[in-house]
Amino acid sequence: MTNVTRSRPLSPHLQIYKPIPTMVMSIMHRITGGALYFGTILVAWWLIAAASGAAYYDWVSWLFGTLIGKVVLFGYTWVLIHHMLGGIRHLIWDLGYGYEKHFATRMAKATIIGSATLTLVIWIVGYLVR
Amino acid sequence: MDMRTPLGKVRGLGSAKEGTDHFWRQRLTAVANLPLLIFFVFFVARYAGAPHAEVVAALSNPFVAVIMAFVVTSALVHMRIGMQVIIEDYVHAEGAKIALLMLNTFFAIAIGGLCLFAILKIAFAG
Repeated sequence: MTNVTRSRPLSPHLQIYKPIPTMVMSIMHRITGGALYFGTILVAWWLIAAASGAAYYDWVSWLFGTLIGKVVLFGYTWVLIHHMLGGIRHLIWDLGYGYEKHFATRMAKATIIGSATLTLVIWIVGYLVR
Repeated sequence: MDMRTPLGKVRGLGSAKEGTDHFWRQRLTAVANLPLLIFFVFFVARYAGAPHAEVVAALSNPFVAVIMAFVVTSALVHMRIGMQVIIEDYVHAEGAKIALLMLNTFFAIAIGGLCLFAILKIAFAG
């Protein structure tokens, strides 16, 4: 029985199709969602550090401020903003709009351009207010 | 031919008796997450690298503490049911799937418990 099932032809999967913006953004929405899942560890760590006292907080704050820490936090910011914009796209679809092919493609492109731009703006403004 | 009973049709809950509950909660928390996480990003951007006393003072503000608790709660509910779908999509071995689904809930509750305790400790005890 298992052999019969295994020798059945499979329908073509992802790797056979040319990547198109809507498809890539759909995949990225799931990947960024998964990344944010584990990113909550950093949020919990930061809050616990703040609750633990000055000495431990200063150490964690220093760690987050190192080059590697900054790269991780910059990536975290982008992933969060990207998932947020992707989510807005999904909410637009939920309301019944934005299904037209070319418009959907433009929305997909706007998601990646928007997330990159907003992330840079947040970090630049973050430095300016200091 | 529709084999469903009139009562079943009216309830619209399907065989799992959950109806659109998962979909609805995903969207409900998604909408809640929008303002909450915008607040969170601004807060972190403002207080990143700030001295401990200043961060604690900001987090002690009742409004900030309550909103921060909302941020954590809404985000964790959203990510828990999101990860549930990912597990159900890719993990087909029954044992591993059930173990991961349990782990998923444990993780969300553990992170939530830690975050909420930290927020409340800062708010009440500094």
